[in-house]
Amino acid sequence: MIPIKYNLRSLVVRRVGTLMTVFGVALTVSVFVSILAMVQGIQGVFVDTGEPLNLLIIRQGSQSETNSFFNRDIKGIVGTMDGVTAVSGEIIILLNQERTTGGSTNLLLRGISDKTMELRPKIKLAGGRMFKPGLRELVISKTVSGRFKNTGLGDTVKIGKTTWNIVGLIDAAHTAYDSEVWGVYNEVSGEFDRPIYSSLLVRVSSPEVIQSVKDRIANDRRIKLDVFREQEYFAGQTSTATPIKVIGYVVAIIMAIGSCFAVMNTMYAATAYRSREIATLRVLGYKRRNILLSFMLESFVLSVLGGIAGCLLALPVNGISTGTMNFQSFSEIVFQFRVTPRLMLEGIVFAAFMGVIGGLLPARSAAKTQIIRALREA
Amino acid sequence: MVAVEIRNVSKIFKKEAQEVVALQDASLDIEAGGFLCLMGPSGSGKSTLLNLIAGIDRPSGGRIVINGDNIAGMSESQLATWRNHTIGFIFQTFNLIPVLTAFENVELPLLLTKLTRTERKEHVDTALALVGLKDRMRHYPRQLSGGQEQRVAIARAIVTDPLLLLADEPTGDLDAHSADEVLAILEKLNKEFSKTVVMVTHDPRAARHATVTRHLDKGVLLPEGVSA
Repeated sequence: MIPIKYNLRSLVVRRVGTLMTVFGVALTVSVFVSILAMVQGIQGVFVDTGEPLNLLIIRQGSQSETNSFFNRDIKGIVGTMDGVTAVSGEIIILLNQERTTGGSTNLLLRGISDKTMELRPKIKLAGGRMFKPGLRELVISKTVSGRFKNTGLGDTVKIGKTTWNIVGLIDAAHTAYDSEVWGVYNEVSGEFDRPIYSSLLVRVSSPEVIQSVKDRIANDRRIKLDVFREQEYFAGQTSTATPIKVIGYVVAIIMAIGSCFAVMNTMYAATAYRSREIATLRVLGYKRRNILLSFMLESFVLSVLGGIAGCLLALPVNGISTGTMNFQSFSEIVFQFRVTPRLMLEGIVFAAFMGVIGGLLPARSAAKTQIIRALREA
Repeated sequence: MVAVEIRNVSKIFKKEAQEVVALQDASLDIEAGGFLCLMGPSGSGKSTLLNLIAGIDRPSGGRIVINGDNIAGMSESQLATWRNHTIGFIFQTFNLIPVLTAFENVELPLLLTKLTRTERKEHVDTALALVGLKDRMRHYPRQLSGGQEQRVAIARAIVTDPLLLLADEPTGDLDAHSADEVLAILEKLNKEFSKTVVMVTHDPRAARHATVTRHLDKGVLLPEGVSA
């Protein structure tokens, strides 16, 4: 086995070429990691949303709360079922709001009941106060506040035909509720003259009764609604990230092909420059496979260095908040880039893969070096 | 006892459409413990013969038997292992690995053996001491003079205790003083350690250290005592 220090020191000797290649691979990896951090952020919003004992009920086949509406009588039927400890009837309205950065998009307004906060214990008041019943008042996620015009604490915003006051900020712990504005159910329902529910959020007494409550709701002829675990419902919306994921992979693959060629070019130059050393090693008794392995290893190290540098380049995007369209609810979903250790490991593995692919042909060529020719040409 | 038996060996290169005879029907016995010098003008085939003995080139015809092994029939992989065990090769241009220290360069052939790290260190220390460079073991080739580099290369060639030492113009790139030092080491290895040495050279002064000198001319190995 040719010692690894031979490869490492050779990389240092050719430091300009090494740095250029490392930088090329790093750029590709940083794009790859950034895109996946975005996907991870979007998926994380949905995966982290929901309580294990909560069930969400929406109209049959509607797929999303925004498309759902049903008679308010159902709340009474569900609320009296065995195993159900609390029910919150809620209404969802899509508001087209102007962004502070220009343009407009849909913002989700949820009309909530007095049970809402109890059923969503992760959500806390982060500033101001909760709205008072009977008043046109709103609380807004602190993440959304500032992304849209007139949505700061103390601002007034025109919704429907009247003006509403923003009296509080909520912190929804980076869940899907962090992309919403909340008001009292009766006020929201009344403003839009929609005496219906979009969804019922149901709390059951224990994990053991979840299935039986679900079965009872599904089999009750008076209730023609779909029932999901709250966590399952939101996890199902992770498909929002799919287009970004697809575009991200396509961009990453195109860039990776470029990086493979960069690695290949560097390694071809390295093997040509060191042909006499290769021939000498062969004379000393090193076999072709030793040479192949040694140069593959060098290419691998070069790319892994690029991978690590790429992860470091991508690290500053971690925690940055931005928004995209949720294609399930057709509203803005706010998320944070999440550069996780696992993602960085994936980036380094991706870089290593580029190194192996890019280094294969040059290493093969080095292994096939004709000893006599290389010694004469040197 | 014969260490190297060369029988009717020829080497023909194809250059474009033409065939170039580099070595023609050469036959030679090299005694174990002998010091053979191969001389001749450029292109006479002396380096070709040395490369064939070293197993880094293959003959177009004939038979080369070294210590009982017919190397013409060996695969690339078998030849590599055989070279590591049997041959110590000294190049005109030293061919040290520039990014490795003198110690690491000498250790290179030993990394292919089953010796432990401690055993390898002992062997390298001994080899470097033999060429008088134990105090330079941490130096890189660029920190050594040409003569010192060649002495490190000799240490690398002898560190596996090979049967045959093959030197291709070992003094070609050295000044007279360094050349004398290198030749003295080769002579010492031959006389005191009974190493069989085959040396290619242009230099008649270098040839005086050998016990036998053979001349080649235009690919033909001339009879003993005949020069081109």
